[in-house]
Amino acid sequence: MKAISRVEGRAYPVGLKNIDTDVIIPAVWLKTISRVGLGKGAFESLRAVPGNVFDDPEYAGAPILIAGDNFGCGSSREHAAWAMADMGISAVIAPSFSDIFSGNAFKNGLLAIVLPQAAIDRLMEVARTDDIHIDLETQTVTTPFQDRFEFEIDPFRKHCLINGVDEIGLTLKSSDAISVYEAKLSADRPWLAPNPV
Amino acid sequence: MSTPQTLYEKIWNAHVVEQRDDGTCLIFIDRHLVHEVTSPQAFEGLRAAGRRVRRPDLTLAVPDHNLPTTARLDSHGQPIPIADPESAQQLEALERNAPEFGIDYINASDAKQGIVHVVGPEQGFSLPGTTIVCGDSHTACHGGLGALAFGIGTSEVEHVLATQTLQLTRSKSMEVRVEGELRAGVSAKDVVLHITGVLGAAGGSGHVIEYTGSVIRALSVEGRLTISNMAIEHGARAGLVAPDDTTFAYIKGRPMAPSGANWDAAVAYWRTLATDPGATYDKVVSIDAADIAPSVTWGTSPEDVLPITGIVPDPSAFADPSKQEAARKSLDYMGLTPGTRMTDIEVQNIFIGSCTNSRIEDLRAAAEILKGRKKAANVKWAIVVPGSGLVKQQAEDEGLDRIFTDAGFEWREPGCSACLGMNPDKVPPGERCASTSNRNFVGRQGPGARTHLVSPAMAAAAAVTGRLTDVREFAS
Ligand code: SF4
Repeated sequence: MKAISRVEGRAYPVGLKNIDTDVIIPAVWLKTISRVGLGKGAFESLRAVPGNVFDDPEYAGAPILIAGDNFGCGSSREHAAWAMADMGISAVIAPSFSDIFSGNAFKNGLLAIVLPQAAIDRLMEVARTDDIHIDLETQTVTTPFQDRFEFEIDPFRKHCLINGVDEIGLTLKSSDAISVYEAKLSADRPWLAPNPV
Repeated sequence: MSTPQTLYEKIWNAHVVEQRDDGTCLIFIDRHLVHEVTSPQAFEGLRAAGRRVRRPDLTLAVPDHNLPTTARLDSHGQPIPIADPESAQQLEALERNAPEFGIDYINASDAKQGIVHVVGPEQGFSLPGTTIVCGDSHTACHGGLGALAFGIGTSEVEHVLATQTLQLTRSKSMEVRVEGELRAGVSAKDVVLHITGVLGAAGGSGHVIEYTGSVIRALSVEGRLTISNMAIEHGARAGLVAPDDTTFAYIKGRPMAPSGANWDAAVAYWRTLATDPGATYDKVVSIDAADIAPSVTWGTSPEDVLPITGIVPDPSAFADPSKQEAARKSLDYMGLTPGTRMTDIEVQNIFIGSCTNSRIEDLRAAAEILKGRKKAANVKWAIVVPGSGLVKQQAEDEGLDRIFTDAGFEWREPGCSACLGMNPDKVPPGERCASTSNRNFVGRQGPGARTHLVSPAMAAAAAVTGRLTDVREFAS
C-alpha cells in the first residue's frame, strides 16, 4: 500500500446520499482480472447526465469527492475503490460510509473521511470554487477560508496509511499465535474440519 | 456467574486469536467461500508476494456471478464455451487458481454448482457458530444458520487466503425482534423488505443484527437465510438467527457437515450459542408482524419499500431534504409518477432467483401461484434460475419445472443471473422487472433497468397479471 498523509486540490461536489457501489462502478466492469483501468467505468450513470461534475473541466483531475450519507453502500466489490483510485481520487468526505467500502478504501490508501452534515454542506459550497486540504497527521480538513474540521480515524488505520503498511505482512508476524489458535481449535471443536466436497 | 452474552459476542469471543491495545482483534475465519469475480486480483497478489493459501481445507471455490445460465453442456456432454471473452477469462482464472493453491473447486457443470450463498448451507460447509467470509456482501446470508458471516473486499480475500484471519474491530449489536403472527400472503422476503423500510438503508450501519422473536423462530432455515441475506440492505455488517432444532434438522446429513460422534459434539456446542437471558444489545427495534404486508419497492434503494396496496410517494412528502432529492431522482429513473397505485404498474420482465430467493421453498411458493396459469401477454421475459444444480434437480423431481415452463417461464441453469447485470441475463433499458433479488439500485439488473423487489409468490402473481399484484388476490 502506498503511504498517504496529505491530499489537497479540488473536490467533486457530488453530495448525494446512498451512492451505492453499482453507481461507483457498474457490474459490467467487474469482469476484469486486474486492479487498474476501471476509472473509465467509474460513476457511469452519473456521467450520463449532461452537465455532471465529473465531466466539468472545472473539476478535472480532482483528488477529492464529497458525498452524502452511506457512501459506498451495496456490494463488497473492491473495484469501487480501485475505480476511484484509477480516476485519481485519493479521498472521499461524507457523513457516513458503508462498513465494507471504508475497509476497501483503507486497504487501497483511499481516505474515507467522516464529517458531520453541516461540515459537508460547507465543503460542498467551497468545493465549487476552491481547493480543499486534508491532513491525516493532524486529522483536519481545511479550506482557504479558515474553515477547519477535525475528523476521527482509527489509530491503527492512521498508522498503516501514513506508513503504507502491508497488512498481510503485518498479520503474518502473528503466524505463531494463529498456529496456537488452530491447535486449540482442532482439540476443542474437532467437528469443524469439513469433509471434502 | 459470568456476564450474560449475546450470540454475536459468543461467536466473536470464540474467534479472537489476538487482541491489540486499541481493541482491534485478529479474528480466525472458519470458512471462506471464493467466486470468480472478487478473487483473481487476490490470487494475483499471493503469487506476486510468493505466498500460499494457509488453509485450503477451509476454503471452497465455486463460479456463479459471471456464468451464463443457458445450457452448459452440448448434446455430446461437452462444455459449451462462454461467448463473452472477459467472462470466460475470469472463469478460467478461478479454474486455474483453485487447483494451483490446493482449493476445492466445484465446476460449472457439477450438480453441486450454484450461487455461493446457496451452495455453502446446502453442502453443510456453512455451520452455526462459525465465522464465514466471502468476497460478496450477501455473505450475511449464512447468518440464517447462526454463523457470523460477512462480505469482504478483494484485499481481505487475499488476507484470509494468506492468514485465515482478518483484522477486525467489534461491531455494535442490534436486536430486531419480530413478534406476532404473519398475515396471509406474507413471506420471509416481505418481512425483510419491511425491516429494511423501517430501519433505512443505513439503519444497521456499524451493527451486527440478531433477528429474534416468534416470527423468526417459526421460519424455516430457507426463510431465515432470506432474511439474513438482506441484512446488508439495511446497512448491517452481518445478520444472525440463533441456531435451534430447525437449524440442526436442516444441517444433519449434509455432505460437508459433521457426522457420527462429531455431530453430537457439534450440536452440544451449537446449543450453547443462543443469547443468554439478560444479555443486552446496543440497540433494539421491535416490529409487529401484523404491520407487515406483502411488500414491494418503488425506488432505487432497498429502503424504498411499500405495502403492495400503497401508492407511489410524493418526494416532497419526505421530511429529509436529501431524501426528497434522492426520491425525485429515483422516480425519474423508475419512470413513476407520485400517486400511482403500485398495483397499476405494468412489468415486462420477471426474475425468480438470486441468493435471496432461489431455494426450493421459494420455487415452490412461486409454482403454487403459477400452477395452471400463464404469464400475461405483456410479460416479455420471465425466468426462473434455481440457486444450485441440486435445487434444480429437486424442483424437477417435484415437477415444478413443468409448472414454470407451462406458464411461459424459462427454466435456467444455476447462477446469479439477472440479480446483477454482468452475465448475459439483463433487463432491457427502461423496462421493469418484478424481481426476487435483493437490490434495486440504478443499473443493477442492466443499464436503465427498473427493478421492483418482491417475494417469489409476488413475482409469480405479477407474471400472471402483467403488473405488480397483491398475491392475496390469488388466495385459494
Ligand atoms: S445472487 Fe446476486 S446478491 Fe447473490 S451472490 Fe449473486 S450477485 Fe450477489
